[in-house]
Amino acid sequence: MTSAERAARPGAWVEPAALHRFVLDTWTITRAELLKIRHDPVEMVSRATQPLLWLLVFGQVLARTRAIPTGSLPYMDYLAPGVLAQSAQFSAIFFGLAVIWERDLGLVHKLLVTPASRGALVLGKALAGGARALVQALIVYGAALAIGVGVRLDPVSVAQVAVVVVLGSSLFATFSLVIACLVRSRERFMGIGQLLTMPLFFASSAIYPVDLMPDWLRVVAMLNPLTYMVDALRALMVSGASSPRGVGVDVAVLGLVLIALVALGARLYPRLAQ
Amino acid sequence: MMATDAYPGLPRPMAAPVEPAAPIVTSALTRRYGSVTAADSLDLSIASGEIFGLLGPNGAGKTTTIKMLITLLPPTSGTALVAGADVVREPGLVRRRIGYVPQLVSADGSLTGRENLRLSARLYHLDGGSREGEIADGLAFMGLADVADRMVRTYSGGMVRRLELAQAMLHRPIVLFLDEPTVGLDPTARAAVWERVRRLRDRDGTTILLTTHYMDEADELCDRIGVMHAGRLAAIGTPAELKDQVGPGASLDDVFAELTGTDLEIGGTFRDIGRTRRTARRLG
Repeated sequence: MTSAERAARPGAWVEPAALHRFVLDTWTITRAELLKIRHDPVEMVSRATQPLLWLLVFGQVLARTRAIPTGSLPYMDYLAPGVLAQSAQFSAIFFGLAVIWERDLGLVHKLLVTPASRGALVLGKALAGGARALVQALIVYGAALAIGVGVRLDPVSVAQVAVVVVLGSSLFATFSLVIACLVRSRERFMGIGQLLTMPLFFASSAIYPVDLMPDWLRVVAMLNPLTYMVDALRALMVSGASSPRGVGVDVAVLGLVLIALVALGARLYPRLAQ
Repeated sequence: MMATDAYPGLPRPMAAPVEPAAPIVTSALTRRYGSVTAADSLDLSIASGEIFGLLGPNGAGKTTTIKMLITLLPPTSGTALVAGADVVREPGLVRRRIGYVPQLVSADGSLTGRENLRLSARLYHLDGGSREGEIADGLAFMGLADVADRMVRTYSGGMVRRLELAQAMLHRPIVLFLDEPTVGLDPTARAAVWERVRRLRDRDGTTILLTTHYMDEADELCDRIGVMHAGRLAAIGTPAELKDQVGPGASLDDVFAELTGTDLEIGGTFRDIGRTRRTARRLG
């Protein structure tokens, strides 16, 4: 056996176990992305305007009509978590634009030639995209408190909200990455992104209960991950609210969808460099 | 530094073939896109420590070839062994042992130079204890120590390229791939890149495969040149050998015209041209 053959034999060297490496590499990518936010926080401020519009303008007007039955919960209390989920989803769904930008540069090519697994690259980027939504959460909390929403401020609830925000946003960011890998051009992506955001929003429990929907829309809403994100956030964020299925089920659904999307994204991501 | 270990930056078992006969060997390596054959039955053997240039116009198949060798693109047929590992069966091992600088800009402009190197160091799992030292060495080697903590978007084109070289060599790869390393750079910056590439080879014994469509780059930098035309290797040899084949006083331009019947300038699709200009603009 030549030395080259010996060296090429798999399993002959010591390195972190696959799962350990996956976690390390994911964190490496996430950390680099978070560093970029610290270098350039302006983008984060611009994300704050949309949730404020929905909450302070749309919400306050609609609350006066008392047109939407939200049970014992005041409409603003009902709406605040919906707006949080919606603004996180809106931002995350355009995450694919950054992916295409990085491919138009050579960043994607370089990452794909490192030994990091494709899944770690995809999840690392998506988690950082998800973490960005925490800024929006902060804004929504501030506005909700200002208008008298019964926000739960105990540390456990706040931490749980943060987890669901990151989980749900990462899910939509990964979904966006999958689309970016398929269309591979900014123009086509913009078209599809705009096509998706509003339907996902309206076919969810963000601004009105699923019970008010016609049957066909109710089916769509139950297939829409945003519904599960909104329901979990509502139960965790607002006093007196609960999720129709229980928060555990909501989080499990979000987690499973995220895993499936990361697996799909990991298969498609290398296409960007071909 | 080289006394005890041929590849000191790599954990011992990763570093491997101590004296690889040929760090790059391809056999009938082919890639087709539909009816177009972008790389046609390439047989290459590149020696350890060699700087080898794939020369040809845009669209000749250089980038397709490099992408197969670095595991970004699966070959349609044929085989390639890179740094002792098969690009199709053992892509993870290949990636561990190679470095790559894409034609496009691959340093992250939103991070500092040092942060870019940290990202690479972590993805290659360089030992945490010596990591910062290795990063400082890499920056110094590329003449970037003074600007290490500046945002990369403020760098000149030549500095970006040298940073990308530092990133690609940090884990002491056995083979380094450079895709059009000096496209869009001014003459001074190009000379600086050539100088570092040569010094890198001399210091670490790194085998270097680069693509270029510049005759002067091939002539100046490469030990051997493979001239590519329409997906095929039209000729291989040292610059001197290739010129001798054509006749006394011939330049590499003459060699190219003789081999392919065209000027180097001709060829390339609209997309290639767009990409080259975009790279040039970002670097310039």
